[in-house]
Amino acid sequence: MNPEALILAIILLPLFGMFGIITSRNHPNIREAVTLITASLVAILVVSLAIQFMDGNDFAVTIAEPIPGLSIAFKVEALGMLFALVAGLLWLVTSIYSIGYMRGHKEKNQTRFYAAFALAISCTMAVAFSANLFTLFLFYELLTLSTYPLVTHAGTDEARRGGRTYLGILLGTSIGLFLLGILVTWFVAGTLDFQQGGILAGKLDPAWAGLLYALFLFGIGKAAIMPFHRWLPAAMVAPTPVSALLHAVAVVKVGVFTLLKVTIYIFGSDFILSNDITGGLIWVAAATILFASMIAMTKDNLKARLAYSTVSQLSYITLGAMLASKAGLMGASMHIAMHAFAKITLFFAAGAIFVATHKKLVSELDGLGRAMPITFTAFFIATLSIIGLPPLGGMWSKWYLGLGAVETGQLLLVAVLMLSSLLNIAYLLPIPIRAFFSKPASGSHYTEITEAPKTMLLAMIITSITCVILFFYPDPLYQLATLATGGS
Amino acid sequence: MGNHISLLLVVIPLIAAPIVAVLPRGRLPWLATLIITFICAVLASSQLWMVLNDGVISYELGGWAPPWGIEYRIDAVNALVALIVAAIAAITLPYALLSAEKEIPQQQIPLFYSAFLLCLTGLLGITQTGDLFNVFVFLEISSLSSYALISLGRNRQALTSAYQYLIMGTIGATFFLIGVGLIYSQTGTLNMQDLAKLLPELAHLKTVHTGFAFIMIGIALKLAMYPLHLWLPNAYTYAPSVVTVFLAATATKVAIYIMLRVLFTIFPNDFLLATPTYDIFILSGMAAIIIASIYAIYQSNIKKLLAYSSVAQIGYIALGIGFASSKGITAALVHLFNHALMKAALFMAVGAIIYRIGSCNMKNINGLGKQMPWTFGAIVIAGLSLIGIPGTAGFISKWYLVTAALEQQAWISVAVILFGSLLAVIYIGKLIEALYFKPVTDSNQSVQEAPLLLLVPLWVLVCANIYFGLDTSLTVGVAEKAADVLGVINTSSISGVMNK
Repeated sequence: MNPEALILAIILLPLFGMFGIITSRNHPNIREAVTLITASLVAILVVSLAIQFMDGNDFAVTIAEPIPGLSIAFKVEALGMLFALVAGLLWLVTSIYSIGYMRGHKEKNQTRFYAAFALAISCTMAVAFSANLFTLFLFYELLTLSTYPLVTHAGTDEARRGGRTYLGILLGTSIGLFLLGILVTWFVAGTLDFQQGGILAGKLDPAWAGLLYALFLFGIGKAAIMPFHRWLPAAMVAPTPVSALLHAVAVVKVGVFTLLKVTIYIFGSDFILSNDITGGLIWVAAATILFASMIAMTKDNLKARLAYSTVSQLSYITLGAMLASKAGLMGASMHIAMHAFAKITLFFAAGAIFVATHKKLVSELDGLGRAMPITFTAFFIATLSIIGLPPLGGMWSKWYLGLGAVETGQLLLVAVLMLSSLLNIAYLLPIPIRAFFSKPASGSHYTEITEAPKTMLLAMIITSITCVILFFYPDPLYQLATLATGGS
Repeated sequence: MGNHISLLLVVIPLIAAPIVAVLPRGRLPWLATLIITFICAVLASSQLWMVLNDGVISYELGGWAPPWGIEYRIDAVNALVALIVAAIAAITLPYALLSAEKEIPQQQIPLFYSAFLLCLTGLLGITQTGDLFNVFVFLEISSLSSYALISLGRNRQALTSAYQYLIMGTIGATFFLIGVGLIYSQTGTLNMQDLAKLLPELAHLKTVHTGFAFIMIGIALKLAMYPLHLWLPNAYTYAPSVVTVFLAATATKVAIYIMLRVLFTIFPNDFLLATPTYDIFILSGMAAIIIASIYAIYQSNIKKLLAYSSVAQIGYIALGIGFASSKGITAALVHLFNHALMKAALFMAVGAIIYRIGSCNMKNINGLGKQMPWTFGAIVIAGLSLIGIPGTAGFISKWYLVTAALEQQAWISVAVILFGSLLAVIYIGKLIEALYFKPVTDSNQSVQEAPLLLLVPLWVLVCANIYFGLDTSLTVGVAEKAADVLGVINTSSISGVMNK
C-alpha cells in the first residue's frame, strides 16, 4: 500500500470498525471479533508505516482546506510516529483486556463502549499524524467529545458529575486558552504548519512568546498541568479499560504530545532556549510533579492514586518539553512511550483486582498477592518502571530528563526529579509489597479469590514484559526521539 | 429572463400569497407554497451566480431611470442574503407540512401559508431593493405578516408575544421612517447610490445626524440588537415551530443586511467615525454575548433558551460590524449565513420533539435522546456548531471573528467571544444532559422517532453545518466579495477607546 493511503487507512479503519461494531450489536462475539480484527489491522498498519518511515520516506496528505492557508492535512514525522506506534499497539492489547473486563464485570451498553472507543482511537491517530495545529485542534476536540460517553458510561450521578468536570475543564481550557493561542500564532506567523525549527522565531517578541507559551501550556488541558488537572481524577469513574488506554495513554498523551509538537515545531527549541521563554513556567510543571505525587500518597482509592500519579508523570513530559534542550526533549518523547506501557499495566492490574475481588481501595489489598500472583507481579514490574529503576524502560526517559536538567544548569530541577522518584516509591511500592507480605485484614489467607479472566492476564503480561524489553532494546524509540528533536 | 430575476423574486411570492389563501383546505396550499419557495430558491441561487460572474445587476422598475424611479440593485451582499432567505424557506417548507398540521388549527392553514408567502415577499423585497423608502415598505410587509404568523401559536401567550412584537416592531418601523424622512428632507432622494453620492457633503448637518440616529435605532429594534431585543425571546418561544425556524434564520438576518447597507453603502465612513456608532456596536455585541448567553443558561423552555442564544449570536454579528474592517464584515456575513444554518437546525429539532410530545419544557424531554436518536444527533451536531467546535460551520465564523478582533488588538473582544463559546457549552450541555442522561419519564416511554418528513430537512441542515465547516469557498468567498462591495475602509484605530 502506498504510504499516503496507509495514513488514511490507519485513521479510517477504527471508524469502519465502529460501524461494524454498531451493526453487529446483537451478536457480542462478532462485535468483539470486529474490535479485535480492527485493532490488529491498525497495529499492523502502524508498524508497517513506521518501517517505511524509518527508511527515510516522507509522506503527507491533504484532505480539505476550509480557510485559505489552513488545511486539514496529515503528515508523518518522528514524534507523531512514535505516539501512533504506542497508541496503535496498546489499543490491541487493551481490546484483548477489555473483552475480559467488560464480560467479567457484566457492563451494560457494551456496544456504545466499543464504538466510542474505536472513535476515540481514530481521533488519537489523526492527532498523531496532524500536519498543522488546526488539524490537531480539530481532532483534539473530537477526542474530548468522543470520550465523554465513555467517562459517563455508568450513567450514575457520580459518572454524570465526573463527565461534567471532564467536559467542562477540557472544553473550557481548549476553547478559552488553546484556541486563543492558535489564533494568536496564526495571526503572528500566518501559518500553523508544523515545521522543524518552529514558525515563530523572529516574528514574536520573546516577552510575548512567554505569554503565548503559557496559553498553550494551560490551554492544552489534556496535559493535566495544575490547576487544570481535576478532570483526570474525575474521569476515573469510567470503566477501567477506558482509564487504562484513554486516561493513561491516548487522551493524556495527546495532551503532552501536543505540547511537545508546539514546543518543537511551533516555537522551536532554539527560539525557546535563546530567549529563555519557559524559564518561569517550568516551575509550574515542577510543582505539579511534586504536588500530584503528594496528593497521590493520600488517596486510598487505587484508581485515584494512579490518576494523580499520571498527573505527576505527565508533568515530567511537560517539564522535558519546557527544558527544550536536546536531552530534555528526548526524555520527554521517550517518556510518552515508557510511561504509557508502565501505567497501562498498573491500570490493567487495578481493573483485574476489581473484577476478581470488587475491591477499589489500597488498604483492602493486603495479602491479595498470593491469590493473584500474576496481577501483582505485573503491578510490581510496572511500579519499578514508573519509579525509573533498571532493568525497566522507565529508566531511560528519566535518565534523559535528568540529563536535560543538568545540561541546562537547572540543578534545582534535578533535585525535583530525584525527590519525585522517592515519592513514587512511597506511594506505589507499598501496594505490591503489602499485597505479597502482609496478612489480610481478616487474618486468614484468601482462598476463594482467583486471578481475573485469562484475556486480562494476557494483556498485563504483554505490557509488563514490554516494560522490560524497552530497557534492553529502546532503539526504535531512541531513533524516533532523536529524529523528532532535530537529527543526531 | 436573467435581468428580471430580482423582480421575479418579489413578485412571484406576492402574487402567490392571495391565491394560496383561497385554495381549498387540505394539502394543496402547502404544495403550492412548496413549489413557489423552490422556484424562489432556484432564482436566488442563479442570481447570486450571475452577480459573482458578471458583477452588479441594476434593474429599473417600470423603466424609470434612478434616482427618480425605484431601482433594484443586486451585488454580492444582497444576493447572498436573498439566497439565505430563499434557501431556508425552501428547506423549511417540506418540514412545515406535518409540523403545521400539528400546531396550527386546520381552518387557518391556508391563511398560514399565505402569510408565510407574504413574509417571504417582504424579506426578499428588502434584499432586492436599492431604494430606502422601498425598504420600509417591504419591512412592513414582512413584519405585519410575521405578527400574524406568530399569533398562530398554540398557547395564548402567542397572542401577547405577537402583540409585544407588534408594538416594538411598529416603533422600529416608525423610527426608520422618520429617519428616512429626515434624510430625504436634506437630500431629496431615496435611492441608496444617489444618497451615497450626496451625503458626504451634507454630513455636517444636524438633521442628517438625527436621521441617522433614528434609522439606526429603528433597525436595531428589528434585528433585536441588545438591549432592544426584548420582543424576540417571547416571539420565538410561542410562535409555531415552523415560524420560529423560518424567522430565526431569516428575519433578523435581513435586518442586519439593511444595517450593513445603511452603515457602509449609504453613509460615508468619515461621518461614521465622527459618531460613536462602532463603539456602540462593540459594546452592545459584547453585552449581548455575555448577558443573553447567561439568560439562556437559566431557561427551562428550550425554545426560549435557543431564542436567547439567538440574541447572543446577533451579538457576535454586531461585534463583527463594530470592528468595521473588511475582516470584521466578512466574519459578520459568514456568521449571518452559518447562524441561519445552525439555528434553523436546532429549532427544527425542537419542533420535532414538540411534534412527538407536545412540549418543549426541559422537564418533559428527559431521556428522549434514546427514543429519538436522529433528532438527538441533530441537536448534538448543530449544538457543537453553535459552540464553534472545529469541523463545523460555527467554528469558521468564530475563527474569522477572532482574527478580526486580533487584527485590531481588541483583547477584550477576543476574551468575550471565547467566553461566549464557553457559555454556549453550558446551555447546550444542559440540553444534551437532559435528553441523554436523565431517566425517561413514564409518559415518554412510548415516544418514537420523528417522522421522516421532519427528519430529512433537519438533517439537510445538519449536513450543511458540517459541509460549510469544511468547505468555505461559498460562504467565505462570497462574504469577502461582499465586504469588498461594501467598501469598508480598514483602519485599525477605528473604534477608539474600546479596543485599547
